[in-house]
Amino acid sequence: MAESRTMTINMGPQHPATHGVLRVLLELDGENVAKSEPHIGYLHRGIEKLFETMTWRQGLPLTDRLDYTSGVSNNLAYCLAVEKLLDIKIPKRAQYLRVMMAELQRIAAHLLWLGTHALDLGAMTVLFYTFRERETVLEILELATGARITPSFIRIGGLADDIPDNFLPRVTAFIEDLPKRIDDYETLLTNNPIWKRRTKNVAAMSAEDCINYGVTGPVLRASGVNYDVRKAYPYTGYDDFDFEIPLGKNGDVYDRYLVRLIEMRQSGRIVRQAVEKLPAGPISAVDAPQIVPPDKKDVGTDIASLIRHFKIMQEGFEPPRGEVYASIESSKGELGFYVVSDGSNKPYRVRVRPPSFINLGALPKMIDGVLIADIVAAIGSIDIVLGEIDR
Amino acid sequence: MDSRSAGNLLREKFPEAVAGIEEFRGEITVTVETRKLLEVMTFLKENKELSYDMLLDQAGLDFPDRDPRFTISYLLHSMKFNNKLRIKTQVAEGFAVDSVSAIWKAADWMERETAEMFGITFKNHPNPKHILLTDDFVGYPLRKDYDVKGPNFDQPFQVCLDE
Repeated sequence: MAESRTMTINMGPQHPATHGVLRVLLELDGENVAKSEPHIGYLHRGIEKLFETMTWRQGLPLTDRLDYTSGVSNNLAYCLAVEKLLDIKIPKRAQYLRVMMAELQRIAAHLLWLGTHALDLGAMTVLFYTFRERETVLEILELATGARITPSFIRIGGLADDIPDNFLPRVTAFIEDLPKRIDDYETLLTNNPIWKRRTKNVAAMSAEDCINYGVTGPVLRASGVNYDVRKAYPYTGYDDFDFEIPLGKNGDVYDRYLVRLIEMRQSGRIVRQAVEKLPAGPISAVDAPQIVPPDKKDVGTDIASLIRHFKIMQEGFEPPRGEVYASIESSKGELGFYVVSDGSNKPYRVRVRPPSFINLGALPKMIDGVLIADIVAAIGSIDIVLGEIDR
Repeated sequence: MDSRSAGNLLREKFPEAVAGIEEFRGEITVTVETRKLLEVMTFLKENKELSYDMLLDQAGLDFPDRDPRFTISYLLHSMKFNNKLRIKTQVAEGFAVDSVSAIWKAADWMERETAEMFGITFKNHPNPKHILLTDDFVGYPLRKDYDVKGPNFDQPFQVCLDE
């Protein structure tokens, strides 16, 4: 009997198709993967520890730096957790704007994913198209938030500011345009025989395996499990909107691709409804003066507002003792914040439930026995962001 | 079954294992004795009325003034009944907790992270190595007594001196 031999090689951390500093230690039997082990932590910045050194408000910009492709979503998840702890109500206008921005951000994140994923598999053209549209979304977000990647716009108690006048027309123009653009991507990929052969029946996961590995987001739904936090535990007014959750059947790379494309169309639908239904009114909780800072113009004219401003900026606020978990459906999966308060102005513990980290945990199962070229397809299809994995 | 009845059912089935049930902002937390953890967790997953088939999250907590010092908090989700349940267990410094990675594969990486950040040992863990920190990292960063400043970057690193 012939002696069986395996070869151990490193994929990454400097590899263009690992989307950051991911290193996968591969044991190869010929061209097939016998065993694999992801090595992570190259981007670890101790964000959970840093939260404990800052007031509740000051921690917000740290969330931008988790999943740096969807800053607004991260802000939203953190704010929802702190708001749940404080038990405050957010006005409808702020909620709808949050939904609008989170969905625009999802579109931007999925566009980035689609471009890079197609590039990994050799379809370079798609990247140029998707980055054009992503740029439009980032410009729209920049118009309101002042930043492209690190918005910190959603604040505890509401929003940092109201939207500028030219915001809604530009959102509408983009949303009108988007379905045609997605049709363009589909002509390039969906029925492309090369694309299908690279993605169909590659790195498939069964529904049971996905649940057991804690996988969430498009990867879970591509396996046919109907779990979306927006529907399962509606937050920030998602139950006012009409949208569908796309589901796949086979749980392979191709289905994940289809699920994300339909999700972009559904996000467009949600944004359109949010624009149409957007009510007038305040953009921050009105009954929480200890939490929401006063208007800038009041700070210059009114001594009480000035004192309030200083108090909030320097001391912050003190939520009641307790612990809550709040989660959202980010573009990667369920992004949760588990916050523990000891009644002081700083968090006692902030635990981030990062979807990418837990989804990546299923990678060894996913690529067990596949060809080495399919690893790239599998990693791309999970849609990982190392900033969130390593925190 | 909703999470409130799930907590009550647990108390009924394991009267000696459930130390307390709390509710805060609609979230149910059940505190479980560490030595009964594996039994309770298996029950939570396998029971048809509960079927907590997904381990959503696991977090370590450090309370230096309390005895036992560490708390581990598990967040479970049931796909069938669409609700969440938090299970907590307490462990003293130097003692081990049973790994739940045989029940949920998701626990593998989560436990590796909790272990390296707090210095908690998980019994029967399939791959007990560092995950986010380097293999030669000393200390447990998320403990309350760990200095947030980190190493003194003006001094040469210990590793460099050895080489």
